Amino acid sequence: MTATTLYDKIWNAHLVSIDKDGTSLLYIDRHLVHEVTSPQAFEGLRKANRPVRAPEKTIAVPDHNVPTTLDRLNGVENEESRIQLDALEKNALDFGVHYYPVDDIRQGIVHIVGPEQGWTLPGMTVVCGDSHTATHGAFGSLAHGIGTSEVEHVLATQTLIQAKSKNMRVEITGKLQPGVTAKDITMHVIGQTGTAGGTGHVIEYCGEAIRDLSMEGRMTVCNMAIEGGARAGLIAPDQKTFDYVMGRPHAPKGAAWEAALAYWKTLFTDEDAVFDKVLTIRAEDIEPSVTWGTSPEDVLPITGTVPYASDFKGGKVEAAQRALDYMGLKPGMKLTDIKIDTVFIGSCTNGRIEDFREVAKVVKGKKIKEGMRAMVVPGSGLVRAQAEEEGIAQILQDAGFEWRLAGCSMCLAMNPDQLEPGERCAATSNRNFEGRQGRGGRTHLVSPAMAAAAALTGHLTDIRDL
Amino acid sequence: MEKFTKVTGVAAPMPLINIDTDMIIPKLFLKTIKRSGLGKNLFDEMRFDGAGNEIADFVLNKPAYRNAQIIVAGDNFGCGSSREHAPWALLDFGIRVVISTSFADIFYSNCFKNGILPIILPQEDVGKLMDDAERGANAVISIDLESQTIIGPDGGEISFEVDAFKKHCLINGLDDIGLTMQKSDKIAAFEAKNTARMPWI
Ligand code: SF4
Repeated sequence: MTATTLYDKIWNAHLVSIDKDGTSLLYIDRHLVHEVTSPQAFEGLRKANRPVRAPEKTIAVPDHNVPTTLDRLNGVENEESRIQLDALEKNALDFGVHYYPVDDIRQGIVHIVGPEQGWTLPGMTVVCGDSHTATHGAFGSLAHGIGTSEVEHVLATQTLIQAKSKNMRVEITGKLQPGVTAKDITMHVIGQTGTAGGTGHVIEYCGEAIRDLSMEGRMTVCNMAIEGGARAGLIAPDQKTFDYVMGRPHAPKGAAWEAALAYWKTLFTDEDAVFDKVLTIRAEDIEPSVTWGTSPEDVLPITGTVPYASDFKGGKVEAAQRALDYMGLKPGMKLTDIKIDTVFIGSCTNGRIEDFREVAKVVKGKKIKEGMRAMVVPGSGLVRAQAEEEGIAQILQDAGFEWRLAGCSMCLAMNPDQLEPGERCAATSNRNFEGRQGRGGRTHLVSPAMAAAAALTGHLTDIRDL
Repeated sequence: MEKFTKVTGVAAPMPLINIDTDMIIPKLFLKTIKRSGLGKNLFDEMRFDGAGNEIADFVLNKPAYRNAQIIVAGDNFGCGSSREHAPWALLDFGIRVVISTSFADIFYSNCFKNGILPIILPQEDVGKLMDDAERGANAVISIDLESQTIIGPDGGEISFEVDAFKKHCLINGLDDIGLTMQKSDKIAAFEAKNTARMPWI
């Protein structure tokens, strides 16, 4: 038998059929649905009089549009948002799929709720009409974002028409230095490959530094595989994965658990499997990282300086100049001299309990800079409850952070949490595109610890200097 | 889905690289529950200023390109989110073809599902078409999917590759769901086999 990669194995186990030209029909084990990319898909089903083929494998959660202020249960003010949220509820009930309403403590960002509830399991295929579905790859499941037509296709047939991607391996050898986190790994990788470096590939992350990460950290790494252009990111499951999954509401129990575990232990890349592309990075070479521009590939170590457009080649020269103008930065200035007025901690990249523990460690007993707007938005109601129980919420509030309800919030600013033109934010989310956090808003992507540090000092700060 | 056979029209040059889906259709306009009507907000933040007035030097606001059906774009067009609102907005505006050296995966596949043809060409060919497009309304480009050729304003021919299945669907305006439904016995067989093998799913 030929040696295969983890991706090959999961792919092969889900092949329903394959046409002469290689177009494949892939079976989908879990379909996650949110309010923004699904209404047109459900409308399509209704028009064609089609049911959802496997409602028991379909999970709907509102997250993008929901306000995160405590008064949200009194109703959603923005009419268009309300229409979308109501549509999701109606569709979930009409078609009989699992649904976590806004007032359910389990509600949250779909990519945090899935793993938390045990919907995401190793070896599965997971899709969602959302590019950060890559997050679930941390469990060794093949997870990727799809468009709304594909959402409709999966709802109707529980399959997806796919062409196989290529295999790419990103290995992080050795140990991370103090102050360096999963977020810095994933940003550093994008800085190396560029936003198109993974295009057409599924990335498997491996190596000692990846093994050393918690499940939360692994989710952070896989989350941003899409920013590197990859179709999906994957990490082979191990004991940490099994420990995380065990006992979750929708994880298998008893004999089924044993059977599942035996299968999951076969989910790894064979030793002599061949990758189409390989990147090896020494963990020791990764520093706390930050983006300076308007593309996730605009990554530099915090010790660096703002680049000149002329440092780049080809089309990137113009793009870099545009980014410098948009970001209002002078080439040559130190990154640590960039003043910050807003701090956003949350999102499916860094909205989990471990992220908030990191933040609490940095800000405990301190106060955020005067005039700073800083908010922490839990990835789910359960994360929020846990942080309250651990006393983290109190530490954050004492330091001056707003403590919000779960949702996507200022990650993409579809709800009322937005930047004003010219405001500058240190954010733990995953995209720094123009206007991403509000028209004219400026975003610097950082780890939770670095966001916390910026909240204290009022400028981008090397966490190692605190 | 609208069939795609041949498109002849003006091509708008957008040399900027990494044009992302937030630029193509800002999230503000994702709050719709319909597929149509997004064209007026295509490239909204690049096309209009804060007060809603047109920004004169944005390419699609220039008289020559107002009816463009083709975009010639810089590398990595359509990166970012999976929103299908991006191709819906392009289509609603009247764009049927986007040409670049590379596309983000999800955007690329979303195009085919909406009757838009994304064409990947080597840098040299894209550069040539970009130069053609810069020449404005006189520079009409013709794209023939059947023969997989692009004919430039000066009659020069460039051929392109496209996946055979995707081409078939585009030319015939076929919807994937209908095609897959024809395989429902295969799907049922897979489900039966898989439930026996992995009952925990
Ligand atoms: S948190 Fe941000 S990236 Fe994640 S699903 Fe929500 S909007 Fe998308």
